[in-house]
Amino acid sequence: MRVMAQLAMVMNLDKCIGCHTCSVTCKQTWTNRGGVEYAWFNNVETKPGQGYPRRYEDQDEWKGGWALKRGRLKPAAGGRLKKLLNIFANPDLPELDDYYQPWTYDYRNLTEAPLGDDVPTARPVSAVTGAPTEVRYGPNWEDSLGGGPEHAAGDPVVRKLGREVKFSYEQSFMFYLPRICEHCLNPSCVASCPSGAMYKRSEDGIVLVDQDQCRGWRMCVSGCPYKKVYFNHKTGKAEKCTFCYPRLEVGEPTVCAETCVGRLRYIGVMLYDADRVTAAASTPDEQGLYEAQLGVFLDPHDPEVAAAAERAGIPHDWITAARRSPVYELIMRHRVALPLHPEYRTMPMVWYVPPLSPVVDALSGTGFDGEDAGNLFGAIDTLRIPLDYLAGLFTAGDQEPVRLALRRLAAMRSHMRSINLGEPHDPRGPSRVGMTAESIESMYRLLAVAKYADRYVIPTSGIGRAHDLEGIATTCSLDTYGGPGMLDGRTELFTWRDDERPSGLFPTLPGKG
Amino acid sequence: MTGVLLWAVLPYLTIAVFALGLTWRFRHDRFGWTTRSSQLHESRLLRIGSPLFHFGLLFVIGGHVAGLLVPASVTRWLGVPDELYHLLSLTAGTVTGAATIAGLGVLLYRRLRTPAVRRATTSDDRVTYLALGGTLLLGMSATVLTNGLGGGYDYRATISPWFRGILFLQPDPSLMDGVPLPYRLHALFAMALFMLWPFSRLVHAFSAPVRYLARPYVVYRSRDDRRLAARAPRRGWDDA
Repeated sequence: MRVMAQLAMVMNLDKCIGCHTCSVTCKQTWTNRGGVEYAWFNNVETKPGQGYPRRYEDQDEWKGGWALKRGRLKPAAGGRLKKLLNIFANPDLPELDDYYQPWTYDYRNLTEAPLGDDVPTARPVSAVTGAPTEVRYGPNWEDSLGGGPEHAAGDPVVRKLGREVKFSYEQSFMFYLPRICEHCLNPSCVASCPSGAMYKRSEDGIVLVDQDQCRGWRMCVSGCPYKKVYFNHKTGKAEKCTFCYPRLEVGEPTVCAETCVGRLRYIGVMLYDADRVTAAASTPDEQGLYEAQLGVFLDPHDPEVAAAAERAGIPHDWITAARRSPVYELIMRHRVALPLHPEYRTMPMVWYVPPLSPVVDALSGTGFDGEDAGNLFGAIDTLRIPLDYLAGLFTAGDQEPVRLALRRLAAMRSHMRSINLGEPHDPRGPSRVGMTAESIESMYRLLAVAKYADRYVIPTSGIGRAHDLEGIATTCSLDTYGGPGMLDGRTELFTWRDDERPSGLFPTLPGKG
Repeated sequence: MTGVLLWAVLPYLTIAVFALGLTWRFRHDRFGWTTRSSQLHESRLLRIGSPLFHFGLLFVIGGHVAGLLVPASVTRWLGVPDELYHLLSLTAGTVTGAATIAGLGVLLYRRLRTPAVRRATTSDDRVTYLALGGTLLLGMSATVLTNGLGGGYDYRATISPWFRGILFLQPDPSLMDGVPLPYRLHALFAMALFMLWPFSRLVHAFSAPVRYLARPYVVYRSRDDRRLAARAPRRGWDDA
């Protein structure tokens, strides 16, 4: 047993209203720079829908993630030699059109247009070339099923279902899916990087790109099945969600979590056995991958696990944090959180509580009591499309775990309603979904009351160094034009523009600069 | 006098600029050390031009190593007749050189005709393209015109010993007297290219990720205790 700690996230999709506050605050923090105009480390998609970049879930086309070849795991796009032979032109790289052509508006025209009969307009211009452009796709093109029948039908998960899905307004179901980097236990982007610039931090499992070591081979972009590594076309380096590590190191949640108005994100520690990851990711049956990943996680309450974690050098406060982890509660104890696309075999670590609301809404729409457990259980089983679709998203098509999670959420609703209304409640209610009244109420506190301190249980990266870390967290890590990791007083030749006089062309002695 | 400057002083100057420049760049601009790929903007032409150019260039470099570093006496000792050697070097050089130039042509066309790629082109790119294109075209004309159609030229009697002399610190500029003009211009352009190398994105050639072949797929790295972030930790406030 080799115990490692991972900071993981769970998102409760029932509460996502698709307001995009997470995307916007993330963008303002991390990608409001040239070269990554098109990059959204956090984006919110409407499901069913093609997503961003378009149809990224179709791995037959994009070749992201891992494939099992003769029982061994290999990047789906090919092994090391094939990667090197393709290094001069990546055959699986999405183009900007697959994300979207970033644009801005010609605002200057509003104030500077000559006097005339027509009201001046701000026409869209390309943020890349500056030329007038037409907006054809965006990071949230299909918001709330906009363009429904035409767009959502292209959703690869819908295609896989192999059945008719209705997208007309009355018959449709939809929900929002916020996505960040999954910080996988078995990251295929890291495996794809020829330079060895991408790595998984051994302290907290955060997957990062070393900006000084990245050489811009772009294999990580195509290697990630979630398409959450972006290529900065100005600096020529890969960039990705950092899980806001400068904030987590001082015990603060990520920007997307902090600013989430629905309070639907949870961050906590998961302990796992690193020795079991490869075997679990090599599970032959795709539908067994969810269970296999559960088998990798370790119970922090188990004294043996705690002892092994201490031996592995995991700080004591991390072990206690793992015991209070809301993420562990939702994934392991209540089993209501599920991984996104486990079939990519990357062992993702951002999990989702599937949305019950589309089912409740459909039920209420038919005139039934949408919060009655009996009605809901029946509806979960009869409304096959949501169940099918959610299973295609979270469990490689296995409906059982999704059904269990939805039934537990339904049981929670009806149990808590009977308490709140002072109705006599069915004492057998919780046991029908394999829970107790006590565990249901604990799940309710976590999911519905969702206090800040319960949602985020984040150990700091060492109280002894807290002062140094404060210095990092309070100064901007992106203070130069080109992006993160740029060094003070040093000159980057290609961002050095003709009209500028570089200040740090040569190193100066301390005190003389 | 010009001969000494061009064929004894300039080569060492080139080597000095090349080596010191690379060291400087590596120490002070590792962030700028990248291919700066434009595949995100345009993929179709790149997938034709780039492999053609790069693989062609690898063979061309291999040919130069064989032609410049391996003395004629060694190939003769190995039993390769001079005529056969000439024929091999001529055909291999022509084919790989043509592939490289064709690849570069596609890439240049793409760079000029795709607005986003054109826009991403910097001034050091332009100078690099000029030096690279010039070197390639001159090398090709030396091979095809002088060495091929012109009836053949035995560079292994003049240029190769001169080149080895530079490397072994025994420069003999007189060896370059009487070398046909395309060869001499080719060598001069190549020296310009080597001088530009450290300051352009050609540096990515030194990042060929061969170690990837022997590396475990997933890389773990622990936070450097001396460096808490990508840069050295600073005080959280400004000096008074």
